[in-house]
Amino acid sequence: MADYQNIFTQTQVRGHIDPGVPHTSGYEARINNVNFSSVLGRIGDAQLGPLYLGFTGIASLATGLLAIVIIGLNMWASVGWDPIKFFGQLPWLALYPPPPEQGLNFFPPLAEGGWWLIAGFLLTTSIMLWWVRVYRRAIQLGLGTHVAWAFASAIWLFLVLGFIRPIFMGSWSEAVPFGIFPHLDWTNNFSLVYGNLFYNPFHMLSIVFLYGSALLFAMHGATIMAVGRYGGEREVEQILDRGSASERAALFWRWTMGFNASMESIHRWAWWFAVLCTLTGGIGILLTGTVVDNWFLWGVENGFARF
Amino acid sequence: MALLNYERKYRVRGGTLIGGDLFDYWIGPFYIGFFGITAAFFAILGTALIFWGAAMEDTWNPWLISIDPPPLEYGLAFAPLAEGGLWQLVTFCAIGAFVSWIFREVEICRKLGMGYHVPIAFSVAVSAYVTLVIIRPVLMGAWFHGFPYGIMSHLDWVSYTGYLYGNFHYNPAHMVAITFFFTTTLALAMHGGAVLSAVNPGKGKEVKAPEHENSFFRDLQGYSVGTLGIHRVGLFLALNAGIWSAICIVISGPLYEGSWVEWWDGWRNLPIWRLE
Repeated sequence: MADYQNIFTQTQVRGHIDPGVPHTSGYEARINNVNFSSVLGRIGDAQLGPLYLGFTGIASLATGLLAIVIIGLNMWASVGWDPIKFFGQLPWLALYPPPPEQGLNFFPPLAEGGWWLIAGFLLTTSIMLWWVRVYRRAIQLGLGTHVAWAFASAIWLFLVLGFIRPIFMGSWSEAVPFGIFPHLDWTNNFSLVYGNLFYNPFHMLSIVFLYGSALLFAMHGATIMAVGRYGGEREVEQILDRGSASERAALFWRWTMGFNASMESIHRWAWWFAVLCTLTGGIGILLTGTVVDNWFLWGVENGFARF
Repeated sequence: MALLNYERKYRVRGGTLIGGDLFDYWIGPFYIGFFGITAAFFAILGTALIFWGAAMEDTWNPWLISIDPPPLEYGLAFAPLAEGGLWQLVTFCAIGAFVSWIFREVEICRKLGMGYHVPIAFSVAVSAYVTLVIIRPVLMGAWFHGFPYGIMSHLDWVSYTGYLYGNFHYNPAHMVAITFFFTTTLALAMHGGAVLSAVNPGKGKEVKAPEHENSFFRDLQGYSVGTLGIHRVGLFLALNAGIWSAICIVISGPLYEGSWVEWWDGWRNLPIWRLE
C-alpha cells in the first residue's frame, strides 16, 4: 500500500488569475474581486471569484431574501417578538399556508396564510429568476443549456408541492409550510393520510433515482480519482480524444460488471438519474389525493401489496 | 464477447492477491480471479436459498416474496431454516459475495494501475448493509432486528422501524443523511450537465473547454470546484450519504430507544433559552 492514492491535492501551482472566458455578447459585468484559498485548493480549485451578478441575479437574490425575511418575521411574531424564544424554538416555528376554509383564495387575510402566499410568490419568483440566470450564463458562454434543464426538473417538484397540487386539490392548505420541523411533519402526515407513500410507485422510482444518484456519483467520482494519475479529470478532452485514463476507467467497470459507460455517456447517466429523481417525485406527489386516495389499497388492487 | 478494440493490450497477467495465475483469466467481459469464484459461489448459493425460501411461502409474486429474519425468541442463536435460518444463511452469503466483490475490484485496480477509490467506496456501502443486518441486531441482542429480504416487506420494515422511534424525520443523523443524498443528486446534476453542455453546445458550435465550465460556475455562484475537485466532492457527498444512513439507524435502538420527536426537548430545555 505504498502506492500513491489521490486523496487531497498535495501540490498547488499558483499561476495568474483566470478572469474567465469572454461572454458571447461581448458585455462584461463580472465582479473581478478574486482571491485564492489554499484550503480550497487541497480539495478543488483554489480560485474564488469572479462573480457575475446582472439584473436577474440581483433580482433573484432580492426576492429570495425578501421571502426569507417575511418567513423569519412571521416566525418571530409567533413567539411574541421574543428574541430568545425565537432562537430557542426556531426548529419548531413555521409560516403556514392558508387554512382549508380559504380554499384557493388568492387574497386571504395576512395572518391567515396571506403572508405564506406572499412569501411563496417571492420565493417562486426568486427561483424562476435564478433559472433564467442559469440559462443565460450558459448561452453567454456558448455552452449547451443542460444544467438549466436539470434545474427545471427540480423546480417542477417545487411547483407541484406548493402550487400545482394545491390547485388540483382546490385549497392552498394542501401546500407545504415553511419551517424546519413543520415541513417534516407535513411530509410525515402526507404519507400517513394517503396510505403510506412507500406504496406509491412514483415515490419508489424517485427513491431509486435518489439512491442511484448517490451510487453513480460514488462510482464515477471514485473512478476518476482512481485514474487521476493518468489525467482522468480531463473529461472533455478525453471525450474527444480517448486516452489511457478513459480506457482504464472503462475497462475497470467492464471487467467488474460486464458493462461500461464511455467518458461522455457516464455524464448522460448522471444527468438523467438526477433529473428523473425530482421528475418522478413530482408525478408521485401530484397523483396523491388527486387520482389515488390510499396508496396501500391501490397496491392491494394492483397485486403488489396484501393485508 | 468481443473485446473492445483497445482492450487486448490491457489484458495482462498479474495483480492478483490470492491464487497467483490460477484464476487469472476472463470469461466474456468479466474478470474472474479467486474472488470472482467466491463471489459467484456466494451469489448463486444465496439466490438459490432465496428461491427455496420463496417456494416455502404461499406466493411467487416478486413484490411479495420475503425472506424474514428469525422471531425475537431466538435471540442471537441459529434458527431453524424455515424460521429465519434461511435469512441467516442468505445474510452470510450476501456478505460473502459483497466482500468478494470488494477484493475482486482491488485486483482489477491493481491490474489496471488504478487507485483503490472504487473498492474503498464500495466497502462503505457494504458497511452500511452490515450495520443493518449484523451490528445493530447484535447490539440489540436478536437477529429479529435485521430487515427482511423482500421488495414490499423491506419497505414495511423501514416504515415500521421509523415509527417505532416516534418519527424518524426528527432523527438528527437521518436529517444529515437525507441532506447528503439531496446534495449529492444536486451536485451530480450540475456536474453531468456541465460536461454535457461543454461537449454538446448545439449544432454548428465549437465544443467548449473546461475553462468554459469554470467560467460558467464562477459567473453563476462565484466558485468553480474544478474538473478534479468535483469528483472528490461528489465521492465525499455520496459516501457521507451512506455513512450517515448507517449512523442514523445504528443509534436507533442501541443508543436511544425513545421517540426522536422528544429527543429535541433537550434543545428546547437548554439553560441558555431560560435567560430572562
